[in-house]
Amino acid sequence: MKNFLELKNCSAVKLNDLPVLPFADFRQTLIDSVGNENLRIAAFFPLQKSSDRYLCAVLVDAAHRCLRCALSGSGDKFPSLTPEAPAFHWFERELFERYNMEPYGHPWLKPIRKADGDYFTMEGDAVNEVAVGPVHAGVIEPGHFRFQCMGEKVYSLEISLGYQSRGVEKLLEGKFSSKTLPLFESAAGDTAAAAATGASSLIEALTGTQISQRASQIRAVMIELERVANHTGDLGALAGDVAYLPTASFCGRIRGEYLNMTAEICGNRFGRNCIMPGGVRYDIEPERCKKLLKHLERVNPELKHALDLMFDSPTVLDRFENTGSVSPETARSIGLVGTAGRASGLKMDLRHELPAGFYETAAPKQAPGGNGDVLSRAKVRYNEIFASLEFIGTTLQNLAEGSVYTPVSAPLQTDSIAFALTEAWRGELCQIMVTDAQGDIAQCRIVDPSFHNWFGLAMALRNEEISNFPICNKSFNLSYCGHDL
Amino acid sequence: MIYWILNLILALLLAPVLFGVLNKVKAFFAGRKGPRIMQTWYDIFKLLRKGTVYSTSTTWIFKFAPVGTLAALAIAMLFLPLGFTESPLRFQGDALLFLYMLGLGRILTVLGALDTASSFEGMGAARELEFSIISEGTMLLLLIFLALQSGSCELSSMFCGRGGSFWLKAAPAMVLAAVALYVVLLTESCRVPVDDPETHLELTMIHEAMILDNSGPDLAFIHYGAGLKLWIFGAILTALVIPADTFVPWAATVIMTAGCFLIAVFVGITESMMARYRFLKVPQMLMGGFCMAFAALALLLISGGVK
Repeated sequence: MKNFLELKNCSAVKLNDLPVLPFADFRQTLIDSVGNENLRIAAFFPLQKSSDRYLCAVLVDAAHRCLRCALSGSGDKFPSLTPEAPAFHWFERELFERYNMEPYGHPWLKPIRKADGDYFTMEGDAVNEVAVGPVHAGVIEPGHFRFQCMGEKVYSLEISLGYQSRGVEKLLEGKFSSKTLPLFESAAGDTAAAAATGASSLIEALTGTQISQRASQIRAVMIELERVANHTGDLGALAGDVAYLPTASFCGRIRGEYLNMTAEICGNRFGRNCIMPGGVRYDIEPERCKKLLKHLERVNPELKHALDLMFDSPTVLDRFENTGSVSPETARSIGLVGTAGRASGLKMDLRHELPAGFYETAAPKQAPGGNGDVLSRAKVRYNEIFASLEFIGTTLQNLAEGSVYTPVSAPLQTDSIAFALTEAWRGELCQIMVTDAQGDIAQCRIVDPSFHNWFGLAMALRNEEISNFPICNKSFNLSYCGHDL
Repeated sequence: MIYWILNLILALLLAPVLFGVLNKVKAFFAGRKGPRIMQTWYDIFKLLRKGTVYSTSTTWIFKFAPVGTLAALAIAMLFLPLGFTESPLRFQGDALLFLYMLGLGRILTVLGALDTASSFEGMGAARELEFSIISEGTMLLLLIFLALQSGSCELSSMFCGRGGSFWLKAAPAMVLAAVALYVVLLTESCRVPVDDPETHLELTMIHEAMILDNSGPDLAFIHYGAGLKLWIFGAILTALVIPADTFVPWAATVIMTAGCFLIAVFVGITESMMARYRFLKVPQMLMGGFCMAFAALALLLISGGVK
């Protein structure tokens, strides 16, 4: 690990400062480190430096509260890391798909964003194959699910995505413009506040801008409101999927209340167009702050009541308990992040591990983990909701004085790379920006938490009843567009 | 006879309204307004005016299934003592024909589903048959229970020929029989906790999965048939527990109609209070119902409520 460069979260560094390792060392260090409890892979992608292409790996080092990064010249063919470190499974398939690189020895090398019909199948008379999607019965995003079953039991699930692929990373290249932030925000529309915060931090790191405490507080409040609204919606949807009506309908309404609070701050229910490099566009004046606090005071007990109704219902608990389990060992080896990772007992939360912005001062309490079933994922969300609500309340009451915007005057630092990791509501959102000699954006990289977690859903379904797929799926509620980009 | 025909007309008109009441109750518990009471009727009329789409992979079986199912259910209904009045179509042993008509309706739906060769419909059909194995057994035990109480194998006399004092003779057995019949009712009418009529998730459906490919008038027949089925089970549950055959006919008519609606309210409350069971648990619940029916029968024999 010593040979990797140590970095702070939300910081920028010159490309030439990144160490270039021999591939054998690079590979071995990565394999050794992702098996470690405190290290996980955040990004793994080809980086263009002058005329050469290198593989770049970014690791989260929780023990030392830092990021670690290194490059290596791999060539187009290199021995796959996946057989020894399954967390690289999806990353290597992406390399294969988008850069024609061949990690040989990869157990299932096929594109992740292109349906190619070549699915894993089981043979035998009693086997039935069920295909779901990409067009679904609800108003949801497209994705294709292939189940190999015997009767009601699922032996394997293969998830085929890519229907939302629209080349976001490519669109981000070029001059930094008024389109850059909206593009980051729309990578996964339900994660706009977290994405905008991360993207703004990238620009601030590349320009050396310091934002005010008040602005970072407002950013944190918006990220947490986003978390609360999404968790509320998902818990309601979970109740709906097991036909538990009261919580399903209450949560649908209450989610709207939290979205309205976000709209109260910035005029957009999904928190768009508010967070920008240098701070935030809209201040929360004392009057609106009071209004928000009052609104919170009214809605929070309603939410608690609606959720407790569900968590006290034995028939609901029976559905959630021991359903769709992902063991801690599996979760660690495939590299689950965020709520799903925490529910499987992994201690990870960027707000505590690599705090940036206001989280350096204060952060919501970390939710206790679980054993990886649907109930744990629901419980983690439940606990996070109330931790975040408490955090929102105290932050709003203690807003620092000052302006909420610091003009960004300097141009982007040339030939540099900046990193921002944000704990979005689904989990770790990694954004990376590389600049060229002119100070334009040469390359952008977005690793949505869903990118790490989709394979977790496939694992959760092994040996599970096929009728439990909807609640397993809902308990993860991963993003299709965030994955496909 | 006149009252029986009047009750038949009432049943044919009001059966889809049961869902309206049921959905209102569910909406009340969820803090919503809910669809209108007559919504199912509106849906049926809307569907009747629409065209039907048939997949090229289906055969005449798929076209026949919805009509056939509705016909089978309607015929079954004709043997019931509607409004606690003897059916004009009664004969010794019609109880078995009644049971077989319900079975025929089911198997036609299942065949129609399998005819589409869709994996969802296949799963739905498999689940439907798995659960009906147990619920049909329970139903048969309950018919034996009634036959012993009334000393007859004719549906009309089985319900109406038991005298007014069967509660006094075998109250515990009656309670068990009523609960067992309620379990059968929930299963047969595809309600929570067995099935979820509201879900859009194909992988968890039973009845809804079997009718995914139906459209237009065919779907209208299926919706209407579902209403009739709920009325049939509501009527026999009412007739099982209330000895109203001695009442004046108009009062008996009111009691039966009110009974059916009250049961719809109960179903709505049940659905609002609990989540649906996972599929592995459903057979356990159905076996529970079967055992209750069996215990009811045993208690009846012991307590001497046999005629």
